[in-house]
Amino acid sequence: MSKIGSIGARLHRGEVGYDFVGNRKIWYGISILITITAILGLAVRGLNMGIEFQGGAVFTTPKHVSTSVTSAEEYAEDASGHDAIVQKLGDGSLRIQIAGIDTDKSDAIKDKLAQEMKVDSESINADLVGPSWGDQIADKAWQGLGIFMVLVVIYLAIAFEWRMALAALVALIHDITITTGIYALVGFEVTPGTVIGLLTILGYSLYDTVVVFDSLKEQTKDITKQTRWTYSDIANRSINSTLVRSINTTVVALLPVAGLLFIGGGFLGAGMLNDISLSLFVGLAAGAYSSIFIATPLVADLKEREPQMKALKKRVLAKRAQAAAQGTQVQPETVDESYDEPEDAAPAVVGPRNQPASRTTARNQPSSRNRGRGRPSGKRR
Amino acid sequence: MAAPKRGRSGSAQSKPWRPLGFILIAIVALTGGMFASGHNTPRLGIDLAGGTSITLRAVAEPGQESAINKTNMDTAVDIMNRRVNGLGVSEAEVQTQGNKNIIVNIPKGTNSKEARQQVGTTAKLYFRPVLATEVSGGAATATPSPSASSSASDKATDKATDKATDKSTSSSSATPSATATSQGRAVTDALKADATPSASASSKASSSASPSASSSSDDSTSKLQAQYAALDCTKKSVRATAGKGAKPTDSTVACGQNSQKQWQKYILGPAEVDGTDVKKAQAVFNTQTAAGWTVTMDFTGKGAKKFADITGKLAQNQSPQNQFAIVLDGEVVSDPYVKQALTGGNAEISGSFTQEEAQGLANMLSYGALPLSFKEDSVTTVTAALGGEQLHAGLIAGAIGLALVVLYLLVFYRGLSVIAIPSLMVSAILTYVIMSLLGPTIGFALNLPAVCGAIVAIGITADSFIVFFERIRDEIREGRSLRPAVERAWPRARRTILVSDFVSFLAAAVLFIVTVGKVQGFAFTLGLTTVLDVVVVFLFTKPLMTILARRKFFASGHKWSGLDPKALGAKPPLRRTRRPHAPVDPKEA
Repeated sequence: MSKIGSIGARLHRGEVGYDFVGNRKIWYGISILITITAILGLAVRGLNMGIEFQGGAVFTTPKHVSTSVTSAEEYAEDASGHDAIVQKLGDGSLRIQIAGIDTDKSDAIKDKLAQEMKVDSESINADLVGPSWGDQIADKAWQGLGIFMVLVVIYLAIAFEWRMALAALVALIHDITITTGIYALVGFEVTPGTVIGLLTILGYSLYDTVVVFDSLKEQTKDITKQTRWTYSDIANRSINSTLVRSINTTVVALLPVAGLLFIGGGFLGAGMLNDISLSLFVGLAAGAYSSIFIATPLVADLKEREPQMKALKKRVLAKRAQAAAQGTQVQPETVDESYDEPEDAAPAVVGPRNQPASRTTARNQPSSRNRGRGRPSGKRR
Repeated sequence: MAAPKRGRSGSAQSKPWRPLGFILIAIVALTGGMFASGHNTPRLGIDLAGGTSITLRAVAEPGQESAINKTNMDTAVDIMNRRVNGLGVSEAEVQTQGNKNIIVNIPKGTNSKEARQQVGTTAKLYFRPVLATEVSGGAATATPSPSASSSASDKATDKATDKATDKSTSSSSATPSATATSQGRAVTDALKADATPSASASSKASSSASPSASSSSDDSTSKLQAQYAALDCTKKSVRATAGKGAKPTDSTVACGQNSQKQWQKYILGPAEVDGTDVKKAQAVFNTQTAAGWTVTMDFTGKGAKKFADITGKLAQNQSPQNQFAIVLDGEVVSDPYVKQALTGGNAEISGSFTQEEAQGLANMLSYGALPLSFKEDSVTTVTAALGGEQLHAGLIAGAIGLALVVLYLLVFYRGLSVIAIPSLMVSAILTYVIMSLLGPTIGFALNLPAVCGAIVAIGITADSFIVFFERIRDEIREGRSLRPAVERAWPRARRTILVSDFVSFLAAAVLFIVTVGKVQGFAFTLGLTTVLDVVVVFLFTKPLMTILARRKFFASGHKWSGLDPKALGAKPPLRRTRRPHAPVDPKEA
């Protein structure tokens, strides 16, 4: 931990850090590239829609049936008159998918299958879906997605500001596009479980973004009262200082999902657990990426267009140029915290306390920066 | 930043035991409640417990798209509930989901095939003339009213009734009052004004006196007799089959419950009017005649004529043959008697209805008129074996997920895990207990996606601690000692946690409202755990942190406490006076 901890500390202080905002063009480029690939993948390959979207039946036999995959396929095709896809699952049971059959014919097919495989018909699991079921789920999902986006944009616009809301929305769309794109490119089957997973990403992707925004909002509160940093600088620092947290969050979120994926894929072979966790896994990863590389830089971009921020940038640049001309490096100094927690104060503190009211104004002003320095009282901050 | 109470931190922080005590009491109370209610495990959904789950989608008749509305769907659910649970299994549950779906869950061990047929086919509602009736089963068996035998001479159909009556009178003591009570309801013209002269109606009626009944052969009549005699409507299994599948054109036997909740058996004539003839039925409170709750029916044009015919016939008869039975799926749901021919195209059934009864009957009457049909959208049959396996897999996945998270927290936060892990546990216990309690109260059933949701929620819960811990560490890096760091970090972390949990909750709520089926279960768990996360962080994690911050182990920044200022790279106090190089920030502004 100590290593990570100290990196965290240095990130926190801004000693190390990656210039996310400065290099945003690269990341925008990468994201656009991925998005285009995803859209191309969607357009060209399309999604591999599961049986739920075409209508049909999925039968799962009990474990360890003696029937082989090929003969099961034959039986199923005989019984239904349709093509059947048979998979052997991890636990030895067979998963038989027959597309395009009606829900009311399924019982007959099930009985026939049971007969041919010499198992009890009651021990076969059947999942029958009408052709519109999947569409209905997808429709509802779209509807949910739409409503959620509108609500969340309104909420973020109130809690933060519209630029952040917009950036969060872009990041969200970005995540969903990438996830569906990966599904198209890899050819994973899309099931209602996938849709559930995808919808969960909504909450998660924003969760991460919101935390970064929260720190950003906090740090830029008095931005116009100082001339040392532009909005982008501070945005960058917010990302860096919440980086450890972002990584931790993502790891902690991915761990249980990984557990699900492992069990869903390895133990059960297929099914809902697997579907949900797979799309979650992909989506979470995309979400973590976008909140760091896309959302915040985007806010910075939007913010820098504000006249106020433009003016600030001008001032900052002018000041930097001046400093450079004077040959003194702009030493990034800690702005005074300027007030103490009572518990924190060393017992020796006797000096005048800063008045709380003066805090905000005093703190970020250069004139106040040296206040308290070298005070014999030891009052440092 | 949402004002961290500067200066002396708020009073809440100084009394950390209070919220801790509160949450512990809540846990004990909830757990106690769980054990007291006897529902020690969450109710399992079909995919975990095994059974059949059917999703039906309402399809409106063309041009009547507005028919898919809440009232109609509720009516349909009522009817289906009756039908499925009439099979002799009462655990089947029928509920609406979203605005056009109905979910029917049939637990394992039930004849799912039959149940599927029941919900899949449209319910049949008929108006049949009553030929004979008596209270069925039990010691206090009542004969049909004395008038039954006297009226036997009236019609050709009454051969059946006659015999029936004979038999029953011989076998049981006559209690004339039985009919009186069962006949408490009368059909009258809803609109007295447009009552046409009954003479014409009755003349028609008498001329066409029960054609089908008279044509029924002796053979089938006697069979019906035998059936009727043997019929014991108090037995559920008997009821489930009695009168089911009878052709509308045949006479049949049926069971029904009278207003005294006694089961009554009937011989019924051929159906004269069916459910589709009813245009509309509704329960109204009749203030004019002081009849209390009544049910009014509007008939379609064709229905009105048929109804006028049948009532005209019936009005001339003696009890019970002046009654008609409203038969839904072979079960008599009401058996009002007719005072006069009703030709106005509408009718009113009056009697000592409660509001509920009246509405129930109105619902059933309107069902036949519902311009809806239902299509099976998905049918999932899960054997108990697979259900158990999936549950097992879900639990293992959860355990692995939890273990991984705990391990990560241990490595990364060391001593702080003393806070994080119990917080996770509290969260887990609360989730489990509340899920168990929600089973019986709101019918929550834990299904596979819900298990998934719970597992995913581990991440969300752990994330709140991470936000808080990282904040504390930041404060320590600023050079604060632990206790002030905790108090300063909290308001900021609190806001972050609230904002992000709100977004998460919003997603869950939208999903829950908009979606159907499995997605809903998932959304519900996610929402629940998000709320619990906030509760746990506020009432458990934070107070615990405050308390432990007083311990030397944490306060001194022990190497294993996870809060070692040195390891965290806190600014050593000395450096500050000199400020060699300078970190930044307007941060914490």
